[in-house]
Amino acid sequence: MSSYRIHGATGEWEVVIGLEVHAQVVSNAKLFSGAATEFGAEPNQQVSLVDAAMPGMLPVLNEECVRQAVRTGMALNAQINAWSRFDRKNYFYPDLPQGYQISQLYHPIVGEGVIEVLLDDKDESTAKQIGIERIHLEQDAGKMLHDQHPSYSYVDLNRSGVALMEIVSKPDMRSPEEAGAYVRKLRSILRYVGSCDGNMEQGSMRADVNVSVRKPGQPFGTRTETKNVNSVRFIMAAIEYEANRQVEVLEEGGTVVQETRLFDPDKGETRSLRSKEEAHDYRYFPDPDLLPVELSDAFLDECRETLPELPDAKRHRYEQELGLSAYNASVLTADVTTARWFEELLAATGKAGPEIGKAASNWVISDLFGALNRLGRDITDSPVSPKQGADLLGLVADGTLSGTLAKQVFEIMLETGQDPGRIVEERGLKQTSDTGAIDKVIAEIMAANEDKVAEYRGGKDKLFGFFVGQTMKAMAGKANPQVVNELLKKALG
Amino acid sequence: MSVDAATVRHIAKLARIAVSDEEVAALEPELNNILGWIEQLQEVDVTGVQPMTAVIPNTLRMRQDVVNDGGIRDDVLANAPVAEHGFFAVPKVIE
Amino acid sequence: MSNLTDLSIAAIRDGVRDGSFTAREVAEGFIANVEKGRSLNAYVVETPEHALAAADAADQARTSDDLKPLSGVPIGMKDLFATKGVQTTAGSNMLGGFKPVYESTVSRKLWDAGAGMLGKLNMDEFAMGSSNETSAYGPVISPWRRNDGGNAPLAPGGSSGGSASAVAARLCPGATGTDTGGSIRQPAAFVGISGIKPTYGRCSRWGVVAFASSLDQAGPMARDVRDCAIMLEAMSGFDPKDSTSLDMPVPNWEAALSSDIRGKRIGIPREYRIDGIPEEIGRVWDEGIERMRDAGAEIVEVSLPHTKYALPTYYIIAPAEASSNLARYDGVRYGLRGTSDGGIDGMYQATRHDGFGSEVKRRIMIGTYVLSAGFYDAYFNQAQKVRALIARDFERVFNEVDLILTPTAPSAAFALGDKSSDPLAMYLNDVFAVPASLAGLPAMSVPAGLDGQGLPLGLQLIGRPFDEQGVLNAGLALEERSGFTHRPKAWW
Ligand SMILES: [Mg+2]
Ligand SMILES: [Zn+2]
Repeated sequence: MSSYRIHGATGEWEVVIGLEVHAQVVSNAKLFSGAATEFGAEPNQQVSLVDAAMPGMLPVLNEECVRQAVRTGMALNAQINAWSRFDRKNYFYPDLPQGYQISQLYHPIVGEGVIEVLLDDKDESTAKQIGIERIHLEQDAGKMLHDQHPSYSYVDLNRSGVALMEIVSKPDMRSPEEAGAYVRKLRSILRYVGSCDGNMEQGSMRADVNVSVRKPGQPFGTRTETKNVNSVRFIMAAIEYEANRQVEVLEEGGTVVQETRLFDPDKGETRSLRSKEEAHDYRYFPDPDLLPVELSDAFLDECRETLPELPDAKRHRYEQELGLSAYNASVLTADVTTARWFEELLAATGKAGPEIGKAASNWVISDLFGALNRLGRDITDSPVSPKQGADLLGLVADGTLSGTLAKQVFEIMLETGQDPGRIVEERGLKQTSDTGAIDKVIAEIMAANEDKVAEYRGGKDKLFGFFVGQTMKAMAGKANPQVVNELLKKALG
Repeated sequence: MSVDAATVRHIAKLARIAVSDEEVAALEPELNNILGWIEQLQEVDVTGVQPMTAVIPNTLRMRQDVVNDGGIRDDVLANAPVAEHGFFAVPKVIE
Repeated sequence: MSNLTDLSIAAIRDGVRDGSFTAREVAEGFIANVEKGRSLNAYVVETPEHALAAADAADQARTSDDLKPLSGVPIGMKDLFATKGVQTTAGSNMLGGFKPVYESTVSRKLWDAGAGMLGKLNMDEFAMGSSNETSAYGPVISPWRRNDGGNAPLAPGGSSGGSASAVAARLCPGATGTDTGGSIRQPAAFVGISGIKPTYGRCSRWGVVAFASSLDQAGPMARDVRDCAIMLEAMSGFDPKDSTSLDMPVPNWEAALSSDIRGKRIGIPREYRIDGIPEEIGRVWDEGIERMRDAGAEIVEVSLPHTKYALPTYYIIAPAEASSNLARYDGVRYGLRGTSDGGIDGMYQATRHDGFGSEVKRRIMIGTYVLSAGFYDAYFNQAQKVRALIARDFERVFNEVDLILTPTAPSAAFALGDKSSDPLAMYLNDVFAVPASLAGLPAMSVPAGLDGQGLPLGLQLIGRPFDEQGVLNAGLALEERSGFTHRPKAWW
């Protein structure tokens, strides 16, 4: 679909991108120990003797991490391997206490799958399938601090042993935008499944970015791997930079070196990590401390049954059942917390279908999101609850509030956290449909503006708006605009 | 297959064991002797044989997702050659 | 009461129970022997206070009728088992001064059963060796001497050499051992005691310093079969902290002990008759076969065709696993840290150069090599396939027979220094022990006779998975008929 091309001196170049996303599995305890995974603890306080690789310590697999990986695989329409196994990846680094990472090379728990991404949220025709190569479970490493002491680096093992899913894509992406859309979609699915919180700032999700370039139609070029890029923006920038760098190298007659690189967000460039490259030979072999993982049908069934409705299905349902526009449906389903909030709101209205869908989605997207944006808040700490939002929509639907009044009430809700019913009651913000009162006001206005009445009756239709405005003003905005319209028409003749 | 001095050094580097010239000179024939001897395994016909995964039939049990460990920093650091401010300290790593 | 240290574990237990003597008297007797026996270099740490505390607890328990299976029995603990607050070094400089903050499951079970600890027993460094000469604490000396008048110090075998020497010399009535490729059985044979390696997974590996995870098994070493059964019962059992632990009840091996093996079929593997081993080994084996027949067993010649490949298979798999298991000794979190001005890699290399002895380094190098890029399939994967074939050999033979009887080791104890310069010659010591290790089978050595120089020789019984009872019973039958009562004369 996308025809992203780099225009070099020798012609056009195509970019080939594959991503290895490391996603921290949502679990209470670590992959092989009973220590906590929570973010932000004091150094080395979430470390068991197993995580510190004390002599004689042994790993015991956390079932929840397996379940999460399987559910993730199912959400990506991937093949689930009922028989998988852990291998050791051997290398030395102070953040790796065992001297090896327990990972899965030969027999990963999840095989091939696929993710559909939309390059344009509003346009289904921009859909593209990105292949998933595999998902495997592995241990995270600890953390090092290099700037605390002149001659020492400090090692904190709190993260050591936390479960990661490594989600490896096929080299199916062809532009930074596709890569960005892929990561956003993947994050969305992971958050729906609940297997990863997707928090890239805290490092819960980070990507190794594999980039190569080629002339269209030619075989794949040599790729480089830019490690641990931790935002969608940086991923796209790294690809952009790396692809252009490679084109430049090739056009100058050089060759791309297969190597590990690092992205520098300050400079927006990648640089070689050749120092670490040397002598990498991970000597993978099956971990003899662990037996093969064999998943029963019952376990797999349970994983399948606990899968929620996923974003694509939800988007289609919103369009069909609620009559939402493609745009609204896509905005409301992109993130699971938004979708959940929206559905709680719908449920609280007690109504279903397009009758409520349109009004509710418009209110959420324009009024609520606008307010949250202004307040710098997330939907999870919205000052207005779904129930309160539903009440507000109800007051509009039954004619108690006009659109203008509703906006006024909403502002008060944001400020005070009070229920809309109470606000309407206490502040007398109810709109009136009392024809007697409105007729009385209309009569007064007509009497005070006899000239304008004459002009209107003489054919100056535009003056109708003037009478409406005057009436509403006199009614302090609380008159039902529809009733005002009807009565005015009658009175003006 | 036989190893030369450069290979001995390379393996030692992978294993992070410093080796002096004398040690390399001693290791080279020793390793070749042992490797030459284990070479005989190549003559075994293993067609259709799966590599052993579990020596005694047994299935992997899994633990429940319960936090029941950690919070033992003093124990974790008790035997550390150098520990400061709750961290292990190692010679500075230049990234 | 000096003869208390000549009593078996069963006799000590029973004597404490019926009040013939106190547990304290027993502990004091052994503590005195430990002190007298220091020249054997069997103990690297002595813990008399631990043994006495357990003894006092036992004497207390007797008054309240609250005795446990091993109340009153002091034992020796191989230094491979992590013991809380007590230095645990695996015989290596690498772990010099290391005091675990945790207790291994096996040692915990023994203390829970009422046993006390006399000390930590010397061993080959990280359990890599067959003579106890690779220990950072120097070799253990066997209490045995040849009857030729020469007083060459002999190897007690390894890697559980300290355990072997201590039990044989009455420095403890029983000791823990670990067996990766014969490290319980071969030393037991060298010093004329019994030792059993149970089915892989019977004893938890949690808290046992790892050598080769898929092979390591703990087991008891004691003076007779019954004592082995008693200790093994206390040491075994499911441990959720070890993923390879067997989730099975522990049988009452001692209660079911019986030397009545009438009708049992005992296999004699043809391939274990190898060239170049002393004729006396064959003689003791033949005598053993006769004794089994005499006990009513049926003797069946069997074939284990892949036997000759067991040792090279072992010397790929064990070093490969070890090279990875020992990567954690990097000078960061515990143990030795070497000094170097070469940054972090320099620190690693200095640490591992200074901390490991030459045999350990050799095996790490071999293991690193066979796993390295391009060699994995040719070596490690091939070895795991051959290992499957070796296990299959046993499986097939166990369709025909109940047990297999072989020599334990291809020679009697050799003199210290005899083989330490030739790694391959040393590895050949385990030629009979290794196949059962590769297949995870229960296997036991019992003393069966003396060679021409008056040194003990052992026979090995190998059983089906989980059939420790069959192995122990046949061991008992052999023990009764061998009437092996020889013991080293105290010279130390
Ligand atoms: Mg990667
Ligand atoms: Zn990874």
